[in-house]
Amino acid sequence: MGDLLPLLLQGAWVTVQITFWGSLLAVVSAVIAALGRLSPIGPLRWLAIAYIEVFRGTSLLVQLFWLYFVLPMPPFNVEMSAYAVAIVGLGLHIGAYGAEVMRGAIRSVAKGQYEACQALNMSPAKRFYRIILPQALLAAIPPGTNLLIELLKNTSLVSLITLSDLAFRARQLDQATFMTLEIFGLALLMYFVMAQAINLGMRRLEKRLARGRMRGGLS
Amino acid sequence: MNFFDWQFAWSILPQLLQASLNTLLITFGGFAIAIVLGLFLAIARRSRQVWISWPATGLIEFIRSTPLLIQVYFLFYVFPNYGISLTALQAGILGIALHYACYTAEVYRAGLDAVPRAQWEAVTALNLSPLSAYRNIILPQALRPILPALGNYLVAMLKDTPVLSAITVVEIMQQAKNIGSESFRYLEPITMVGLFFLLLSLGLAWCVRRLEDRMEEAPR
Amino acid sequence: MNAPHLSPNAAGIPAMSQPIVRFTDVTKRYGNLTVLNHLNLEVAAGEKVAIIGPSGSGKSTLLRALMTLEDIDEGVIEVDDQPLTHMPGRDGRLVRASAGHQRKVRGKIGMVFQSFNLFPHMNAMQNVIEAPVQVLGMNKREASERARELLDMVGLGAKLEHYPSQLSGGQQQRVAIARALAMRPKVMLFDEVTSALDPELCGEVLNVIRRLGSEHKLTMLMVTHQMGFAREFADRVCFFHQGCIHEQGTPAELFGNPQQERTQSFLSAVNEAH
Repeated sequence: MGDLLPLLLQGAWVTVQITFWGSLLAVVSAVIAALGRLSPIGPLRWLAIAYIEVFRGTSLLVQLFWLYFVLPMPPFNVEMSAYAVAIVGLGLHIGAYGAEVMRGAIRSVAKGQYEACQALNMSPAKRFYRIILPQALLAAIPPGTNLLIELLKNTSLVSLITLSDLAFRARQLDQATFMTLEIFGLALLMYFVMAQAINLGMRRLEKRLARGRMRGGLS
Repeated sequence: MNFFDWQFAWSILPQLLQASLNTLLITFGGFAIAIVLGLFLAIARRSRQVWISWPATGLIEFIRSTPLLIQVYFLFYVFPNYGISLTALQAGILGIALHYACYTAEVYRAGLDAVPRAQWEAVTALNLSPLSAYRNIILPQALRPILPALGNYLVAMLKDTPVLSAITVVEIMQQAKNIGSESFRYLEPITMVGLFFLLLSLGLAWCVRRLEDRMEEAPR
Repeated sequence: MNAPHLSPNAAGIPAMSQPIVRFTDVTKRYGNLTVLNHLNLEVAAGEKVAIIGPSGSGKSTLLRALMTLEDIDEGVIEVDDQPLTHMPGRDGRLVRASAGHQRKVRGKIGMVFQSFNLFPHMNAMQNVIEAPVQVLGMNKREASERARELLDMVGLGAKLEHYPSQLSGGQQQRVAIARALAMRPKVMLFDEVTSALDPELCGEVLNVIRRLGSEHKLTMLMVTHQMGFAREFADRVCFFHQGCIHEQGTPAELFGNPQQERTQSFLSAVNEAH
């Protein structure tokens, strides 16, 4: 059993990296898409809706395969490493779900905040960046945590585009040693632990961001 | 779009549609199992007997926090070592059903929790057996508001079926990959599969929304 | 229905001074409802005006229109001799103001709200320095010193690091006042600032306003239900009804000898409530 662990941990490390970068991309796309969705400018709104519906409505695996198999070929001719495909695919996919979360979170910020900013003569950009977004991000943490865990679980699919994550290593080891129960059992356990780590981390993040504020409340 | 070979796309359509039958079988078959299994899991979780509720809770949380892919590998590759041999399709349907049963269990739990306490007390006062209590009083009230949430999981299951290609189930995504590796044209098959999922999931989502609207207008 | 024009000597205000705020024939409608009805109002620099009247008569809308939180349908609002809602167009005529023009003129007005609207993710000090730093480009040290002075002045010098959720309603409102003052407005608007407070907390806020009035040459427009305060503090009281100023005068005139019937019935109803 001891020889299984190092290789699985190697895979787990790749999983962690992809989860990390993928979630950064997801947050950025979620915020941009949410803003697009809320925009008064028609074309921007439609673009955001298209992005959200396409990436939510099609399977993640389809998106990964599309990026991995279709993009390198004409007419696109964009060659991306499996690593890049993983991060972009996961980030955009979860970002589309995140957009709905962010949209709800932004709308949950009290109207009075906008009025105060108007009274203080703040520009819309500063107002969003300094006042609205911080409050929205805090509100987005509970549903966002679930999405983050979804992202973690979805990283397993990158093993199907030959990326050496935890799922890939587990399969590799199984084909080599046939210690099927131990390998997959251990892999499941490792994912479980990572998911709990995310839960814990997000809860601590929420506490830090909400310092001094009323718990569970949105002003 | 002169790089999209419409001729080719048309020629592979039959193969893709053939494989889509598998996709639909897995989706609806798995869903049928998931909604029944989920209900039992939910009731088990709410049980006051700790030796029932704890394992149920543990199972639900564990399965919800771990990837479907690994669970499916487990079912397909582990069970044969213990004498149970499942075909890829069987393992696939079972795997996806079990995975989503844990999600529907949470939906049922919310629905059951929402039934007013007075109903549970009435059931006790009337001395109904658990089976008829659930069947005639509790479930009809618990189920109606949660139907849309269950519907959403149907859509989610549909989109998760390509995962089963990893254990050689020839559903629509695997078929597209096969076509691609044979013909070296990936654009058409994968795009068509994408379209398939998009249309189907939008269609199902629309049905769920209509169901939701009908829930709104007719309170029991 | 226009208010009788303010007699120059009524409140001891310099007669010919240029009004710092002027509403000319301002009308605003919400669908079929006319909230501001050909409103005319002039406020002189340094004047303290209290606006009273029944709920829903449009008093808050008046302030909000001045703060550009609401658009108006007809008429012009001018601040410090510059049009707020309109701007000089190419041929010299007035056209609807652009956002940029509005932002320039709006900087002269500050507002305090009924629901405080403090930034919950910032403490008192940060709330007060936010706008000066972000909007006026002040450097943080300067802004912090000024913020400390202002928070001291409103009696919260010991609570600089407190977050809004750690402050009482009255304290939050006082921070809100400091925050508005930090932008050095020429005109301060108070929109029912004590209506959301428990009675025992009103006093501390009114005291701050009283001090502001006596120590600074600030023009103040107040929508309030606090008749006693209006009576003692304001230079002029306007009774607002059905979208325009029904009657106005010094506190002594309006409270002591109301001319119009609607004013009389409002005031007697208010008195009965006490």
